[in-house]
Amino acid sequence: MLPAESREQDFGGQSSYAAAFVPALLDPDCATPAAVAGPNGKAASKRYNIYRNNVTVSLINALAATFPATQCITGVDFFRAMARLHVRATPPKSPLLFEYGRDFPDFIELYEHARSMPWLADVARIERAWLDAYHSVDAKPLPPEVLASIPPERLADAVLTAHPATRIVRSPFPAVTIFAANRNDVTGRIEANGPEDALLTRPGLEVIVRRLPPGGAVFLLRLIAGEPLAVAAAAALADSAEFDLPANIAGMIEAGVFTAADQGA
Amino acid sequence: MSELATLKASRAPAVSRFPAHPIEGLAGTSFKHQHLPAILAEGKQDGFFEVHAENYMGAGGPPHDALTHIRRDFPLSLHGVCMSIGGPQPLDKVHLDRFKALVRRYEPALVSEHLAWSTHETTFFNDLLPLPYTQATIMQVADHIDEVQEAIGRPILLENPSTYVVFPESTLSETDFIRELVRRTGCGLLLDVNNVFVSATNHGYSALAYLDDFPLWQVGEIHLAGHAAQADDEGELLLIDSHDGPVADAVWKLFEIVIGQCGPIPTLVEWDSDIPDWPVLKAEAAAAQAILDRHAHRFMPEKAYAAS
Repeated sequence: MLPAESREQDFGGQSSYAAAFVPALLDPDCATPAAVAGPNGKAASKRYNIYRNNVTVSLINALAATFPATQCITGVDFFRAMARLHVRATPPKSPLLFEYGRDFPDFIELYEHARSMPWLADVARIERAWLDAYHSVDAKPLPPEVLASIPPERLADAVLTAHPATRIVRSPFPAVTIFAANRNDVTGRIEANGPEDALLTRPGLEVIVRRLPPGGAVFLLRLIAGEPLAVAAAAALADSAEFDLPANIAGMIEAGVFTAADQGA
Repeated sequence: MSELATLKASRAPAVSRFPAHPIEGLAGTSFKHQHLPAILAEGKQDGFFEVHAENYMGAGGPPHDALTHIRRDFPLSLHGVCMSIGGPQPLDKVHLDRFKALVRRYEPALVSEHLAWSTHETTFFNDLLPLPYTQATIMQVADHIDEVQEAIGRPILLENPSTYVVFPESTLSETDFIRELVRRTGCGLLLDVNNVFVSATNHGYSALAYLDDFPLWQVGEIHLAGHAAQADDEGELLLIDSHDGPVADAVWKLFEIVIGQCGPIPTLVEWDSDIPDWPVLKAEAAAAQAILDRHAHRFMPEKAYAAS
């Protein structure tokens, strides 16, 4: 009898039926496990292949469901070939498939056949953030009057609490425009260049993706990190001379980036 | 059924957030998000919905909003897909806690899981994988069922699998294995008639003989679904439990035989891929309901007695 602690660590042992069954599931070069057979002396290769196929295809489908714009850009065959490699290299650790694909954007960035699309990984990052915003805990966004009620002399010290759905994805490419065009089936040439920062919020049930104005990402990231409004605004101005404080405050309230404001000491 | 009924009665929460919505004698369908507007537009109707528990384990957002609507208006069945009850390793405690929280939150009429496994070590394979049927695996699966039932404070319905391979190390038939699990854990059963047909075809035994040997008195829910056909290594028919089409005629016949024998058991039509528009899925459920209704009168006295 093993002590309780080491039993907890025991995943059924190296000799268990599960240990024998899994190595070939995601490795096409691995032979059908000797532990399984067909009935009445039949072979088990095609039978076992059903499981291989179920595992691989269902996980590719899970990635396709999370990254539809990415698939729209690459085409289905390209996407599924890329996803198959990722599924084999990095299968999920959680039974919650909406958590799967966190490593996929980094994988895309290094995927040699996607090098001609350097913005593809950032589109995937927006899609991954979109799903996180979708499943995040529900919360009411900060009502506009709360910030308005803070006396002007205290506003500089105000500290805000981020809404649980809020996500920011920064890109040196026009990733937001490309994301939006490929999620909404916009046809025709995309006329965009230069960097774009995405803001994702879910003030109600719907996830909303916006393109942030110059300095906006730095401003919000500082606020989300808990820095006072004046500090965040200074950082945003340092990032971009075009930073427009009133417009950014109005925009963040309207988008529902925050849930609470503390007017400081 | 009487044992299950007793266990059911003991699990009602003190204060319920939702109406009771009895599920007895009803047919239902898988709940798919895209059908919600059509379902709500139809207003009050008979039938129930089943959801895969894992899809509602996020913190918030549209999934919980949709499920709250469904649970308010219809009986709900919560179907776990990923507990890995049939695996050799300990259950994932975090996952079990999530499952327990969902049962508490939505107070489903039925709660079920699979005789299968899907996680090994730390990898989740997203498929219902098979296990050998031995004295050793009975003990381990029974322990897992006990653990789930203890956590959620009510019995689960355990679903018979569809399988494509056998384990030469198995020493028990699937029906003997399941019967022993029922005896040890007091769990109920979810009889998937399509799985019976698929496995019987794949392993060359009679589906009727399987049903004859299945502990039907312990069945609290039935599943029906479509399957697809391939060939095995010998070029003979191999059926895949694909849930991507209408229920096969042979499965309807087996279903009617079971209902003729057991009376109207809550019956779900599963459709998880290539999902059709709501009216198509609804029509499949209506076909199941017609069979339930056809046999209901013969079992009415018993039902009336149970209700009084």
